[in-house]
Amino acid sequence: MPDALSILVIDDNAIRASIIEAGLREAGHDRVRVIVDVEDVDAQIGAIGPDVVIIDLENPNRDVLEHFFSLSRSLKRPIAMFVDKADLSSIEAAVDAGVSAYVVDGLRKDRVKPILDMAILRFRAFSRMQDELEAARSELQGRKVVDKAKGILMQSRGISEDEAYALLRTTAMNQNRKIAEIAQSVVTAAELLGP
Amino acid sequence: MGLTQITLGFAPLLDSAVLIAAQEQGFAEAEGLVLKLVRETSWANIRDRVAIGHFDAAHMLGPMPLSANLGLTPLDAPLIAPMALGLGGNAITVSNDLWAAMVAFGAPAGGSAKGTGLAMQRVIADRAEKGLPRLRFGVVHRESGHNYELRYWLAASGVDPDRDIEIMVVPPSFQPDALASRRTDAYCVGEPWGSVAVARGIGRIVTTKSAIWRLSPEKVLGTRVQWANRYPEQLAALIRTLTRAARWCGDPDNMPALAKIMSRDDRLGLPSELLLRPLSGKLLFGPEDEHQVDEFFVPFLRAANFPWISHAMWFYSQMVRWGQVEHTPENAAKARASYRPDLFRAAMAGQGIAVPSANAKIEGALTEPTMVGAAGATLTLGPDGFFDGMQFDLDHLDEYIASQKR
Repeated sequence: MPDALSILVIDDNAIRASIIEAGLREAGHDRVRVIVDVEDVDAQIGAIGPDVVIIDLENPNRDVLEHFFSLSRSLKRPIAMFVDKADLSSIEAAVDAGVSAYVVDGLRKDRVKPILDMAILRFRAFSRMQDELEAARSELQGRKVVDKAKGILMQSRGISEDEAYALLRTTAMNQNRKIAEIAQSVVTAAELLGP
Repeated sequence: MGLTQITLGFAPLLDSAVLIAAQEQGFAEAEGLVLKLVRETSWANIRDRVAIGHFDAAHMLGPMPLSANLGLTPLDAPLIAPMALGLGGNAITVSNDLWAAMVAFGAPAGGSAKGTGLAMQRVIADRAEKGLPRLRFGVVHRESGHNYELRYWLAASGVDPDRDIEIMVVPPSFQPDALASRRTDAYCVGEPWGSVAVARGIGRIVTTKSAIWRLSPEKVLGTRVQWANRYPEQLAALIRTLTRAARWCGDPDNMPALAKIMSRDDRLGLPSELLLRPLSGKLLFGPEDEHQVDEFFVPFLRAANFPWISHAMWFYSQMVRWGQVEHTPENAAKARASYRPDLFRAAMAGQGIAVPSANAKIEGALTEPTMVGAAGATLTLGPDGFFDGMQFDLDHLDEYIASQKR
């Protein structure tokens, strides 16, 4: 059995980093290190000497990493990005997911590919989670605005809560807009007109 | 008529001005284009996203197409530079402590590359004598104009940049922090990141790219060969759009407006007053120490958008000098083919904007502004001297490379 791969995850998003780390450990990799604080990242990598580096694409330290790798190339430890230079589809999938990987040259593709695939999956799952969180947040925000707008309508027009809601809904349908948008304009108008 | 969308990557730096102005001032629409600009945080990302087709083209370091074609980058996607995005725009900034040491060794305040280089050499020799650690210099990328001009300045001042100091890569916007936390003692970076250190009171600008090599190449428009071949009309329209935007950027009357649109959060996200200084060449080298730097950043005049083969090949000579590539006829040919003045010339034919008739010039040969042969309008080039008086003549590439061998 070949030696266990040493994997380094560099990500300034601590939650995402831990999701990747967990995935790697589940897959049986126990030599996983995570760097969240990227200050002095080159010195830390020098000390760790990883076989595979996984880094988020938004990380400005990619240029630092590549410089570091180019130095190690002169130490006869060539490192190439991704699994295979020619494997464009896998590179595209990685970039689309927002992750990049650097791999010690000469590692067998079948050993590294699953690691990259897992990282891609987890990055995608994380961004889906972010989107859902964002959607939930804006929905909550929307509900608050609708409640406020209902209150304003109830008070200014002397109608019931149900009637206020029906009014918002009909207006939204007539104007082909979302209820939350109509509610927001009611709230804004009320603020402009003052108490 | 529908407009064609072109997606461009950019890094938040002064010389992204041309792309931002092109999008903002209606130059794109006039050519039937809509520009989508995407801000990136690393040059590696820009290179990769151009290579896999996320971006049609991008704001790129001048040597980047060469390094891609010479196999120095992780992806094998041939890149070309069909135009340049300006000349100059960088500065060398040192920590307050290092500046004090340089002053003790006679450093002048006015930004002279020769005087500050000499003082730097003396500081470095003095530190070595006292057994102090080597000074650490930050650059933004290994294959960058910044790395090469810093090394050129040091080497011409008697410093061996590989032996006497350390050079590390730090992303542009992180340079001031690295200086403040003493991870570096100095850095060479595109504006406004030198001015940011001055504004924070943590460093001083000692000299500029324009002082080391006047009117020298910096960023280019980089794109895949494949894209350029597949969409020649779009590329030509893009070149015209960006060249007209560059002319707008170079007009001093437009600079306040330009600084303002560049200051937006999704562009550079810095105060427009801070951007106006390097745009107009009125740099603060230190607190309340303003210097007018002539031709600090030139977006349009002096054929600033023309991708000179001699610029590409000077970068190549420095890649060879510092051991990044081996000098072979094949490598020299790849480097030469990375810049495409033919595409620029074809796109600009009949546009009333001067385009040089030659593809290369002797760099450093012009001691004063000189009228040269051009199509479209009159064209003045230079002065373009290196601070040590050397010249780079592409016809004597082998000799130049040999003369720089250590």
